[in-house]
Amino acid sequence: MVAAMALAAAGCGGDTSPPSRPGPTGSLTVLAAASLTEAFADAAWRRATDHLGVAVTYSFAGSQQVAAQVTAGAPADVVATADEASMAPLVAAGLVDAPRIFATNKLAIVVPRGNPKGVSSLGDLSDGALAVVLADPAVPVGRSAAEALRRAGVTVHPVSRELDVKAVLRRVASGEADAGIVYVTDVAAAGAEVTGVEIPDDANVVTRYPAAVVRATNNDRGAQAFVDDLVGGAGEAALVAHGFGAP
Amino acid sequence: MREARPPLGLIVPAVGAVALVTLPLIGLLQRAPWSQLGSELSTPEVGQALRLSLECSLGALAVAIVLGVPLAWVLARLSFPGRWLVRALVLLPMVLPPVVGGVALLSAFGRAGWLGRHFGSLPGFPLPFTTSGVILAEAFVAMPFLVITAEAGLRQADRRYDDAAATLGAGPWRRFRTVTLPLAAPSVAAGAALCWARALGEFGATITFAGNLPGRTQTMPSAIYVTLQTRPEGDIALSLVLLAVSLIVLVALRGRLVGGDGSSR
Repeated sequence: MVAAMALAAAGCGGDTSPPSRPGPTGSLTVLAAASLTEAFADAAWRRATDHLGVAVTYSFAGSQQVAAQVTAGAPADVVATADEASMAPLVAAGLVDAPRIFATNKLAIVVPRGNPKGVSSLGDLSDGALAVVLADPAVPVGRSAAEALRRAGVTVHPVSRELDVKAVLRRVASGEADAGIVYVTDVAAAGAEVTGVEIPDDANVVTRYPAAVVRATNNDRGAQAFVDDLVGGAGEAALVAHGFGAP
Repeated sequence: MREARPPLGLIVPAVGAVALVTLPLIGLLQRAPWSQLGSELSTPEVGQALRLSLECSLGALAVAIVLGVPLAWVLARLSFPGRWLVRALVLLPMVLPPVVGGVALLSAFGRAGWLGRHFGSLPGFPLPFTTSGVILAEAFVAMPFLVITAEAGLRQADRRYDDAAATLGAGPWRRFRTVTLPLAAPSVAAGAALCWARALGEFGATITFAGNLPGRTQTMPSAIYVTLQTRPEGDIALSLVLLAVSLIVLVALRGRLVGGDGSSR
């Protein structure tokens, strides 16, 4: 336990919170993409934020919804989305500081445990007998999936266009759908409930996750420290453990 | 005799109640993209979603009437052990978060649900991701509004008319149709209006159970939600349409209700 804490602290770019200078205090509200749910709940990441000395509250939703919440003036200090397109309107509106990339993610096909329908490639998803669920193109993972299918030259007629990536995953995990396209991190998060089928790199779409301090924050120091830690790799162990790539 | 002066203790909160409902609507009207309203609303997606919304909410209303009015009669007129439990169960969807309702529907009628599993090969199954699934989800959430209102009306209907009809030789089914139901008609109609309105606005159970596919399961509330993610102006335009349709029907129905029920209210 002590060793783990030392490790987490060492991961913060050598900043072992010197007691002489007052560190960030208070509380932080972080609005984050749904795909970050497990990584931010991971013990390794919580230890990394514990050392900041702030109480962090997370709120997870689809990236575009997270962005809409910030636009609507939701009380938040940090915002982290699953792609840069979702963050762009916030930057354009001057609502956030310059976003910084802290992780990458890519797509995978998700099928029920054991792959009962024998799905092995994107091409298999065009089979009309297969109930395929995609995310709506309004959602980052939906846009990426559409792009991957375009690159692979595959046309899919989904039975539903879900509004966030976890909804796609749930459809497959519960057996309502035969296949879906989600992030590799979601397959990792679902554990034994589902099976992942790899999408080769030439068709796959890599998304970059930006985080930014919300300008309207009343805990600028805490928010800045949180983003610094996130970008600086303090949570890398947690992110990698949940399938994310390094920026 | 007119009352001399209405008590301020009632008037002030009443104005507050109207403000609570209208202030957000004024906000919606202010932010509406009036100049682009035509182009926002003339897309095929909007037409599809509106048509589906009307079809499914009317379908749900039909299901609710066929099943719910007899249930209201049973609850109002028959006494049997466990009636309180039946009433509580049937009203449960009113307090249940709609998403939970959707999950419950999935675990029963879904492809892997305890019933859906056995009926998967029958026509119409599996229900999720189909228009029938939307109707089922909307009926699940909206039927209690009809049952509770119709039951109250059936309770209040004077039973002596019923008894008189019985002495004249009318059978129970005929008495229900020609005596009891007409007496309770205003309440049944009010319940039907509430039920339909609730079905039209239903979102959580629908999207959880039936999903979101334009032209098949994407109703107006789902379309509004999707649009909200990308173009908030378009989202307000869609909301206005739903608002206008609901208001027109509620006002029209209300006029009819007051006409038939003016003496008692």
